[in-house]
Amino acid sequence: MKYIAEITIMPLKEILDPQGKAVKSGLSNLGIKNISEVRIGKHISLEMEASSKEEAEKNAEMACKKLLANLIMENYSYVVKEA
Amino acid sequence: MKFGVITFPGSNCDDDLYDVLKNTMNCTTVKLWHKETDLQGCDFIFLPGGFSYGDYLRSGAIARFSPIMDAVIKHAERGGYVMGICNGFQILTEAQLLPGALLRNVGMKFICKNTYITPVNTDTVITSCLQKNKAYKIPVAHAEGRFYASEATLDEMKSNGQILFKYCHPDGTIDDTANINGSIENIAGICNTSKNVFGMMPHPERAASEYLSNTEGKAIFESILKNVRA
Repeated sequence: MKYIAEITIMPLKEILDPQGKAVKSGLSNLGIKNISEVRIGKHISLEMEASSKEEAEKNAEMACKKLLANLIMENYSYVVKEA
Repeated sequence: MKFGVITFPGSNCDDDLYDVLKNTMNCTTVKLWHKETDLQGCDFIFLPGGFSYGDYLRSGAIARFSPIMDAVIKHAERGGYVMGICNGFQILTEAQLLPGALLRNVGMKFICKNTYITPVNTDTVITSCLQKNKAYKIPVAHAEGRFYASEATLDEMKSNGQILFKYCHPDGTIDDTANINGSIENIAGICNTSKNVFGMMPHPERAASEYLSNTEGKAIFESILKNVRA
């Protein structure tokens, strides 16, 4: 069975995100007001073969923990669905 | 005493380091390719600066899984010396041989210039020939050099004397305006708890030869030779 894991990786709340800050000021310059915060992370999509959704989730979890996210500075979440 | 300088795909300071160790410091030095799995009997391993794997995902994140890193981790765990400069520092934090992480510079810019750093702990293998309160002019060249560690980690590092260098002014004073990249508490270099693994963002290998008109980084290599040869 083919599954897709849609992974979101974000900088931790307590860490300053200068990219987000720069984009926030860009949005304000564009005239898009009332935006109180912008934070920028990554979206990673993994396509994989797995025997069950649980196995696919286990793979996604391991990928995030071991390589895709650095837990000192980022957190992650994912949604696994059938491809 | 044998030095090894690892080349990862995208390393670009490996030759500079090799030149300083071999020709300036007159030491037995070999280059190690990242796909090798043993360290050829080297006592002191350097991870050079550069852009290993194009800095994809996060700086150092993919190089950390290069085949040679298993041997580097084992070497460090046995008490062997390992030092990462710039990208090498990033790889060592990703490998969790050093605490903390290196984030995008606060100003978002790639910073390439001479900076001043001052030693915080002069009681380590790489800092013992340095003078406290003296500012050393050593260049940086990085976009992800903002050192970050959680408060608990930072407290632990401070009590263990793991903070080795801080960014400062030419007169040695340390304040926010000398903090080029927004690092927590101006931190430019650190070591692990056992003080055999070291990392710094500035490039002492670019400031250790007469023909580069700056030899202020040489004291770091002199410290290493003095302490490790003995």
